[in-house]
Amino acid sequence: MKFLRFVLIFILSISSISVNAEENDKRNQITKNLRCLICQGQSVYDSDSEFANSLKIVVDKKLQEGLSEDQIYEYFKNKYGEWILYDPGLNKNTYILWLLPILIFLIGGAIIYKSFIVKK
Amino acid sequence: MKNKILPFSVIIIFGIIFFIFYKGLEDSKIYTPDVNTKKKIPVFNTKEFFSGENVKSSSIFELDKVYLLNIWSSWCVPCRQEHAFLMNLNLDNKLNIIGMNYKDNFKNAENFLKELGNPYKEIFIDLDGTISIEWGAYGVPESFLIYNDEIIKKYIGPLNQELVDEIKLFIK
Repeated sequence: MKFLRFVLIFILSISSISVNAEENDKRNQITKNLRCLICQGQSVYDSDSEFANSLKIVVDKKLQEGLSEDQIYEYFKNKYGEWILYDPGLNKNTYILWLLPILIFLIGGAIIYKSFIVKK
Repeated sequence: MKNKILPFSVIIIFGIIFFIFYKGLEDSKIYTPDVNTKKKIPVFNTKEFFSGENVKSSSIFELDKVYLLNIWSSWCVPCRQEHAFLMNLNLDNKLNIIGMNYKDNFKNAENFLKELGNPYKEIFIDLDGTISIEWGAYGVPESFLIYNDEIIKKYIGPLNQELVDEIKLFIK
């Protein structure tokens, strides 16, 4: 009986640790994608400023409320603007950023196709 | 055919790259937040500074009144410089100055108000900084001009005479 209880406690503690770890992972992942606006070149995850620490608490709260990662990004975007996200969405300011690699890829492919495959 | 396409595409690619970098030169490298926001004020729960009673944000702000929400802290040096301007603004009865005490110790904050005066109509507590995040604030000091549940303007950093004049002009 004692052994059983021990096993039960062991399993419970393991599972609670893993749940906590999962939540922490998610928190870290999200805060790594948020720019610390008052620091230079640091993410919220890296920073220990007052601003970043408060933001981490807010991310925790939102996760507990059951918001998804995208919803949390959307929330911060509403509050602070697009700049807070390290991963910018596609809009009129960033379309070159998104389309240029595709364009270069296509042009490069065309050159290769013309010079190697058609030649044969 | 091959001879024509290659130099042509190289020129185009370099042209695009040149254009992007040239455009990048004109952009400001310093991030400037949007200050004329016209956003709805956030919903939050807080505590009253002196009594410690729970307060809902909806009961703080009334329609058709001008509010200045000021985020301050006793450990914040620019807040001390700003305080005289807040006292000055408080002379105008049409403006309701609301204080948001940011990550502060009650004793220190109380001493701060005793020493420099209390311009605030009401003060609320933001112990962990999360309410300021709801407001989209960056730190202390920061002020929000509010009318009809909308943030008219955001002042990041301490107020000065110029901004005080601007606020007074708005109240009129």
